[in-house]
Amino acid sequence: MIRRGPWAFVLRLIFLAALAALWEAAVVYFELPAYVVPAPSKVAYALYQGIESEVYTAHLYVTVSETLLGFALGCVLAFVLGSVIALSRTVEYYLQPLVVMFQAMPKVALIPIMVIWFGLGMTSKVVSAALVAFFPLMVNTIVGLRSADEDRVNLMRSLAASRWQIFRMLQLPGAMPYVFAGLEIAMIFALIGAIVAELIGAEKGLGMLMQSMNFNMDVAGQFSILFILAILGLILNEFISIVRRRVLFWDRSRDADVPSARKGDS
Amino acid sequence: MDPIVDPSARRVSQGQAADVIAVRELSLTYGRGAARIAALRDISFRIADGELVVVVGPSGCGKSTLLKILAGLLSPTEGAAELKGQPITGPRRDIGVVFQTPVLFPWRTVVGNVMLPADVQRLDRGAMQRRALDLLGQVGLGGFERRYPRELSGGMQQRVGIVRALLHDPAILLMDEPFGALDAMTRETMNVELQRIWMARRTTVLFITHSIAEAVFLADRVIVLTPRPGAISDQFEVELPRPRTLEVMNTERFGHHVRRVRAALNAQGAGLE
Repeated sequence: MIRRGPWAFVLRLIFLAALAALWEAAVVYFELPAYVVPAPSKVAYALYQGIESEVYTAHLYVTVSETLLGFALGCVLAFVLGSVIALSRTVEYYLQPLVVMFQAMPKVALIPIMVIWFGLGMTSKVVSAALVAFFPLMVNTIVGLRSADEDRVNLMRSLAASRWQIFRMLQLPGAMPYVFAGLEIAMIFALIGAIVAELIGAEKGLGMLMQSMNFNMDVAGQFSILFILAILGLILNEFISIVRRRVLFWDRSRDADVPSARKGDS
Repeated sequence: MDPIVDPSARRVSQGQAADVIAVRELSLTYGRGAARIAALRDISFRIADGELVVVVGPSGCGKSTLLKILAGLLSPTEGAAELKGQPITGPRRDIGVVFQTPVLFPWRTVVGNVMLPADVQRLDRGAMQRRALDLLGQVGLGGFERRYPRELSGGMQQRVGIVRALLHDPAILLMDEPFGALDAMTRETMNVELQRIWMARRTTVLFITHSIAEAVFLADRVIVLTPRPGAISDQFEVELPRPRTLEVMNTERFGHHVRRVRAALNAQGAGLE
């Protein structure tokens, strides 16, 4: 059905260019004001200006730092807590009501409180990113560690393996496909957490920049930042994918590289 | 071809002291009260050193349960199982288990999978690595050491499973329908192969199957188990000379043993393939 190859790729580019041209033509034809719908050329110009003046790069650096720090913090906590819950029925029993409650709650709704608690600086953004990134990885860690096949557990037990050995040699590597699916979601979620926190109140960052543009009716500028955020999300996601392919060389279930079902909420 | 193994003769000469496995009046019941289900009832048998004993029975006769007890994965409700005179109360290092499926770890190479017992039991890596490569060569997997399980056929994977169970030189090899998942032709090839490996090493083996032909082909001694609750209905020596070839299945003596197993099963009203 879909023809692949260089010619198809060129067609794809032509298709996207045609869409942009159509958009441009529509803006001119209907005389849409730039503060409602900016033409692609205006967006491209705003992007060029923002990058050339190094305004965007400074804010981009802040947002990326917050996202990566929040991702790291949230993932370390999620992995540790997920492991403890997966291994201890007692801990699971006492934590389950809390986990269920927090899972059902849209985590972004907590971000305004984080800004009050941790201020307008980077801390509240890192905490927000961590908070949103935390749950998908924790849930996937629990499911992954519990996914160990009964025969494999029996094999380990028949060799007189300790519980720690079963964890280290069987459960942990077996959980990696789940963990990496969780990490991919967590990375994008961390970016969402950081941006939302910046929209609510910040001194720096792309979200804060968008917010100030919004006050100035600079829609072209906002579109240009959305474009940057889309590229950023792609790069962060690709980074996890590269690590996953190296670690999970043995896992063929995702060779097709179908985007994982983005379960969760934000 | 002389009979290389004559279990009855050896049992007389070695006596009970050489028994690797001694099972006495073993019973196992699942559940409690009205929901009690007796899986095994009053099972007693011995396995001499170097003997290949096959337990044959239909699905649900508790043969896998029996194997799990011997592997220390389950505790019997009554009676006791001993390995070399020591009661089996939990998993032991001197037992090797081969499961119905190969149960390989996809993130480990072939040799990595074989080395699992060495890793778990912290055995000398250098010596075990040499032994692993040697064993893999013996089962025709030389050259596949660095491959991953998914690159191997079902039969090759199960050979890896057998080699892994042999790595730490266990006192007994417990095999739970190891070829049940293979196609009929591969299964016969694997039976010949197993006999060859066994004759070279003389490891004591308890082999579980629901195939009568497989049981008679492999066994020094066959134990017939009937279901619900699993109980021994017959037990006899198979004195066919070794190495046996697949042609032995066409002989009258082979047919005689097959009929005897079937009679033992039918006596209890149990249907079998």
